[in-house]
Amino acid sequence: MDELGSDLNSLAQQAGRVRKAPEHFLDAEGIRRVREEARSGRRGFMRQAFAAAAASAVVPAAMARGNPVPPEGGDPHILNLPEHATGLGQGVATDGYGKPSRYESNIQRRQSPGLTQTTQASVSFAPLQSLFGIVTPSGLHFERHHQGWWDIDPSQHRFMINGLVKSAKVFTMDEIMRLPAVSRFHFIECGANTAVEWGNVAVPTVQYTHGMISCSEFTGVPLITLLELAGADFKKGRFVLAEGGDGSSMTRTIPMELITSGEVLVAYGQNGEMLRPENGYPLRLVVPGVQGVSWVKYLRRVEVGDQPYAAKDEAIHYIDLMPNGLHRQYTSIQECKSVITTPSGGQVLLDQGFYNITGLAWSGRGKIKRVDVSVDGGRNWRTARLETPVLSKALTRFNIDWIWQGKPAILQSRAIDESGYVQPTYQQLRAVRGTRSIYHNNAIQSWLIQENGEVKNVQLS
Amino acid sequence: MFNSRKSWLWFLSLAACLCLQAPAWSQANTRSAQDRFPGAGRDATPREVAAWDIDVRPDFKGLPPGQGSVAQGQDVWEAKCAHCHGIFGESNEVFSPLIGGTTAEDVKTGRVANLTRTDYPGRTTLMKVATVSTLWDYIRRAMPWNNPKTLSVDEVYAVTAFMLNLGHVVPDDFTLTDRNIAEVQQRMPNRHGMSRDHALWPGKTWAGATQPDVRNTPCMTDCRTEPRVASLLPDFARNAHGNLREQNRIVGPQRGADTSLPEGRTSQAVASSGGAAASSSGGAAAASASASAGKSSPESAAGKAALALAQKHQCTACHAMDKKLVGPSMAEIAQRHAGKVDYLAGKIRAGGAGVWGPIPMPAQTLPDADLRVLATWLANGANR
Repeated sequence: MDELGSDLNSLAQQAGRVRKAPEHFLDAEGIRRVREEARSGRRGFMRQAFAAAAASAVVPAAMARGNPVPPEGGDPHILNLPEHATGLGQGVATDGYGKPSRYESNIQRRQSPGLTQTTQASVSFAPLQSLFGIVTPSGLHFERHHQGWWDIDPSQHRFMINGLVKSAKVFTMDEIMRLPAVSRFHFIECGANTAVEWGNVAVPTVQYTHGMISCSEFTGVPLITLLELAGADFKKGRFVLAEGGDGSSMTRTIPMELITSGEVLVAYGQNGEMLRPENGYPLRLVVPGVQGVSWVKYLRRVEVGDQPYAAKDEAIHYIDLMPNGLHRQYTSIQECKSVITTPSGGQVLLDQGFYNITGLAWSGRGKIKRVDVSVDGGRNWRTARLETPVLSKALTRFNIDWIWQGKPAILQSRAIDESGYVQPTYQQLRAVRGTRSIYHNNAIQSWLIQENGEVKNVQLS
Repeated sequence: MFNSRKSWLWFLSLAACLCLQAPAWSQANTRSAQDRFPGAGRDATPREVAAWDIDVRPDFKGLPPGQGSVAQGQDVWEAKCAHCHGIFGESNEVFSPLIGGTTAEDVKTGRVANLTRTDYPGRTTLMKVATVSTLWDYIRRAMPWNNPKTLSVDEVYAVTAFMLNLGHVVPDDFTLTDRNIAEVQQRMPNRHGMSRDHALWPGKTWAGATQPDVRNTPCMTDCRTEPRVASLLPDFARNAHGNLREQNRIVGPQRGADTSLPEGRTSQAVASSGGAAASSSGGAAAASASASAGKSSPESAAGKAALALAQKHQCTACHAMDKKLVGPSMAEIAQRHAGKVDYLAGKIRAGGAGVWGPIPMPAQTLPDADLRVLATWLANGANR
């Protein structure tokens, strides 16, 4: 069975196995060169590349003023009133469900070319470079499907509880939605987010390096309430199996401690409306702080048990290979991580002068306590402003002022969570875990700002 | 529905509610969930639980009795599995390979030696999986990929046996049963290959590391890190993810780099597009974006209907519009068999192998009406 982690891994490390290069993707020769360069240490190549990056700023006039006064003494967009200021606009409810402006059509979730051979077992990445605040618009939420998505009739959806319970129970959606609900903001991050970057730089933008994360306000019933209704045996039943109702009927083991804490939700709401079909409509599990694969979509059943289940996604995939050849099993928590979303890879700064460096930080162990930002590749750091709200196991937005004087700069962010854990560097992470573990890459991300204003994804050592 | 008796009872309970409201609220948190939420949920029947409770644990709890031989497994495999996974489970065409990379020595030691080699080109399922229950459970719940949960219990045993035979875990004449599967577990090549010694499990259920394995300190000034660029996307991969200009907002402090052009050209393009020019280029981006959206909208109604059917009947799992996937693309089929509605309908219905290569297409069970729509659409050029 295919698995995203393997796909990402094979792309990053054994890209030679990619069968067919789709449009725009590396051809065989390109893949060979990347691998060779990675093996040979790439020093000569990288020095050249860095020199070239600096040299391309030879164009001194690159940074023309973005808002000049035209020779005719005024901006035509001011002097000549536009149609929308002199005409009648459109009426209410032109569109019963409103859409983004047509000028926003570049902002889309996207596939990484060549990552998977099918679209049903695949992933699309959220456009983090274009998002504000902490909420991911539901239509831009990243997708990860193992066997295709469905739009399930909620009147026919059922939820079952069995195993170590007094009496196995069945609930309709009507019944679940009758129960006391809570609404909470949480991030969901795929365990394989940033997986392609374990060995070296593989993708150009923050959408592809970090876009398997999203954050929503979820509404639902704490799973503990439903387990209590079924009379669960909390002494013996230390594990819960969650199972999806779609073709893959995905299963994952959840520790009972997380459920008794009240954090785990059986959710039907997302950002004020029902879940989107791509995100599990009508019912999904919300497991705050834990990687997305545990947030089972189209949730049909939970089983209370006294042992873990070694499901496919905890015995074949979503296991982390260590340098000694052992796989870490049941790795679930998403550790503290952050990334600058603008300026970020693939963007071009239009001008010198003031910039608001902005980004996202999160931790599967609680709240973000602090985010530091460096513009000199990690030599010196300044503490960024955290914007409200700062919530446990949710995205936190940070901002910091910066004046760009047109010189090369390397931007980094480093988050610290309330447990005191500090986001590590690639060097620190690789020293312990090597480069083949696929999952749980939470290293500090570096963006190189070249003199010509173009931003590149780079890794330092 | 509302007979007088019910209405009366309803009135009584309402009255009771009104009198007792305060104590009812105060008790809310000390009463059991069943008392607090009357009317929510009902007991599941044994038949209902049996229909859904299909998971199998490493200790084989949940494993139904049954059996299947390697030879039977090979028949099922070639009919239902080989078109994605290859005749020997080795295929990398659609999914990662299942079989390969394990040795007789691994079967003895329970550790797959190749996992310690950094130069080994990939990891197969059999190299990783420690528990045979995982294979059995997943094949039953999720395979075949486009028709999950349709294998019989004995077929699941047989396919599992065949896969293990491909990996030299069981002999050619082996029959896997619920009675000998625990012995097979003792031959799994990577059965000792898992570790729980890490701090990423959010429970206290087993002993393991309690502290994170990687530590950093928040140095603020003159920190040791030397900003030396060690890895960068090479120039020739510049446009590998499509034109990044079209993947960024058209307004704001930055734009997407125009990666359809070499880098030097981009910086000049940006340089020349200040002020009004920049906004008009932004307008152009929006215009081209909406134009391309417009381009796809005048799809023929027939094309739309056929594509929806192709999706519904899982054709698209193996056939893409314009590129070879498991099977040939729709475009290739349409080109080769233009006008041949009956031929195409027959092929879709019966399946087959050899026309486009060795990978067999299974017979399809879609309704006749849908079959005709799809065959006609293909015969007429498979237009969107």
